[in-house]
Amino acid sequence: MALEGWFGRAADRAESTASGPIRGAPGVFGLIVQEEEWREIAEHWAAAGGRLSSLWASRDAAGSGIVRAAYVAEAGTLVVSLPLRSEQDHYPGIERWFSSAARMQRAVADLSGLRASDADTRPWLRHAVWPDGFHPLNNEGTPPASSAGVMEEYAFVRVGGDGVHEIPVGPVHAGIIEPGHFRFSVVGEKVLRLEERLGYVHKGIERRFTEMALCDGSRLAARVSGDSAVAFSWAYCQALEGMAETRVSSRALWLRSLALELERLANHLGDIGAIGNDAGFAFGLAQFSRLKEQLLRANEQALGQRYLMDFVVPGGTRCDLTLAGADLLLDSLRSIRVEIETLRKIYEEHAGLRDRFVGAGIVTPALAAKMGLCGFAGRASGQAFDLRCDLPCDPYRELEPKKSLRSGGDVAARVEVRFDEAAESLRLMERILLQLPGGAHAGVIPIPDEGAFGIGMIEGWRGPILLAIEAGAGGRIRRCHPHDPSWQNWPVIEHAVIDNIVPDFPLINKSFNLSYSGHDL
Amino acid sequence: MLKTLHQIGRIGIITEPAPDIDDALRVTDALQSKILEVLGRALCIRAVDAGSCNGCELEIHALNNPLYNIEGLGIRFVASPRHADLLLVTGPVAKNMELALQRTYQATPDPKLVVAVGDCGCTGGIFGESYASCGRVSNVIPVDVAVPGCPPSPRQILSGILTAISGSPVNGP
Repeated sequence: MALEGWFGRAADRAESTASGPIRGAPGVFGLIVQEEEWREIAEHWAAAGGRLSSLWASRDAAGSGIVRAAYVAEAGTLVVSLPLRSEQDHYPGIERWFSSAARMQRAVADLSGLRASDADTRPWLRHAVWPDGFHPLNNEGTPPASSAGVMEEYAFVRVGGDGVHEIPVGPVHAGIIEPGHFRFSVVGEKVLRLEERLGYVHKGIERRFTEMALCDGSRLAARVSGDSAVAFSWAYCQALEGMAETRVSSRALWLRSLALELERLANHLGDIGAIGNDAGFAFGLAQFSRLKEQLLRANEQALGQRYLMDFVVPGGTRCDLTLAGADLLLDSLRSIRVEIETLRKIYEEHAGLRDRFVGAGIVTPALAAKMGLCGFAGRASGQAFDLRCDLPCDPYRELEPKKSLRSGGDVAARVEVRFDEAAESLRLMERILLQLPGGAHAGVIPIPDEGAFGIGMIEGWRGPILLAIEAGAGGRIRRCHPHDPSWQNWPVIEHAVIDNIVPDFPLINKSFNLSYSGHDL
Repeated sequence: MLKTLHQIGRIGIITEPAPDIDDALRVTDALQSKILEVLGRALCIRAVDAGSCNGCELEIHALNNPLYNIEGLGIRFVASPRHADLLLVTGPVAKNMELALQRTYQATPDPKLVVAVGDCGCTGGIFGESYASCGRVSNVIPVDVAVPGCPPSPRQILSGILTAISGSPVNGP
């Protein structure tokens, strides 16, 4: 059966809000399965080259567990739900088909107490501060007292042999970056193995969602990962508006895509500069951080915020764009475009930069496909998937963004894709600003019924973001699961640094620039 | 190389004047005039993300860009708390970071200052206190100045830093 067959089966079995056509993002279907089909879909999807988008757990009204997995392919998105019996706390793991599932399954065990059958059962998001038996997404009661001051023991994989030693780094890092722990096993300068230990910025986002009203959740979604605020809040609103069966005005959607591309450009500008700096080219950081500041100031003048944290709201956007604001943005973007073209030539012709970029942190297309590398990093390793092109929501259907693709998979390829995507964002934004449809920028949306289920999917600057919402009674959130592409990409960095030298790690890491907060939740 | 030099020459120096000191941001009245005596204008900052969404970090980063040019004011970010005079702390403090933050504070030599950055650092923000979050930074370590905002702008952060090191206007530099 081709992958399309599963969509046919899903369409035939529309028996609840989580099966049949799912509201929110375009092309999403749901299927409620038993264990046998659960395994079969994973195996089949992996064999056909589909990707695992996210895996999370929920509970039905009676308190029985439900494990959900979202799979994506060019044909669409399939959300598979596996309901468990009331006391059942285990389910078949899918790590053998999708290696990226491993950490998601460990997180599900920590937060919901449902365990996968796969081998790695070490805690992931739960460090020593709350006890094993406490599952934040289940227990309604008060959490146990903090056990701060307890140093956790974590079973890192040890590398043996003559001259092998370990370098522990973090959680507090040497730069202005988020916390996480990296354990390098090295010989001399060469990295034999890297093991990541994340979860330090776990701050209870998924449980916090359950305490909020559906209409307020976009504010929290925007703060899942501050550099992807527009992408997460749009994904949230897309799911919610679908659940409410409301169509948002064209103007609002175009303004959202403007904000999303502004966010994409700002992040690429910041990172391209920082990548240059990590290769010893301080000029790059100075120049690109200047351009980023120029962009943020234009944001503030035209849209009222430097970072568009609360620009996307249910029903539309927080504010409208005036004609003067559009002109100002257009002028600013045009001057930034010229500057980027100048700087790109300098980056491309600089022998020292080329020497550091080319061949550093290689992820081959085969490895990328196997591990599910996604987003711009995936596109630098031959993984030609971009939600804006392959499963576009409005207005991307009309805007038709061009996809950037490389197969080198090294720092140089990731920098090239970032330059390409920055240029493409600029092109899209100029078009948006010139052709912005009229009408209202915001509207009122009705409160979805209890039990409504929705999926939002937006291609953020880092990669595809998925967000699932289940409505509770009285306009409350029963469950909300935000998924950042960093879940897929963090494990790939462990492979990308093998055989590189330790001093190249910051450079390789920055070329991906993955989210800690978006991953740790 | 010529292109690089040409670009540097063409852009020139674009640094803007520093913001004013804001006494409204002051949390404690304990003046740190001793720090000024010891440090003069040179100040070393260690940034600690204790659980933020990364929004505040982006604006702290911006302080290093040529328009704010924080190093031009004699302030720089350092890689170890042992080299720092001031901790710039963001986030609600995640429980998983509580111990790391306390240790970073202990590793910073006295006398030291702490500036909490962002709504979450000031109050716990939208995340509040929970099984996973200790809430505001001052719930975990002593805080001298708290800068609200989500995220606060680079000028507001800079103003908070300058407020922390300058004591009262009478004793200021």
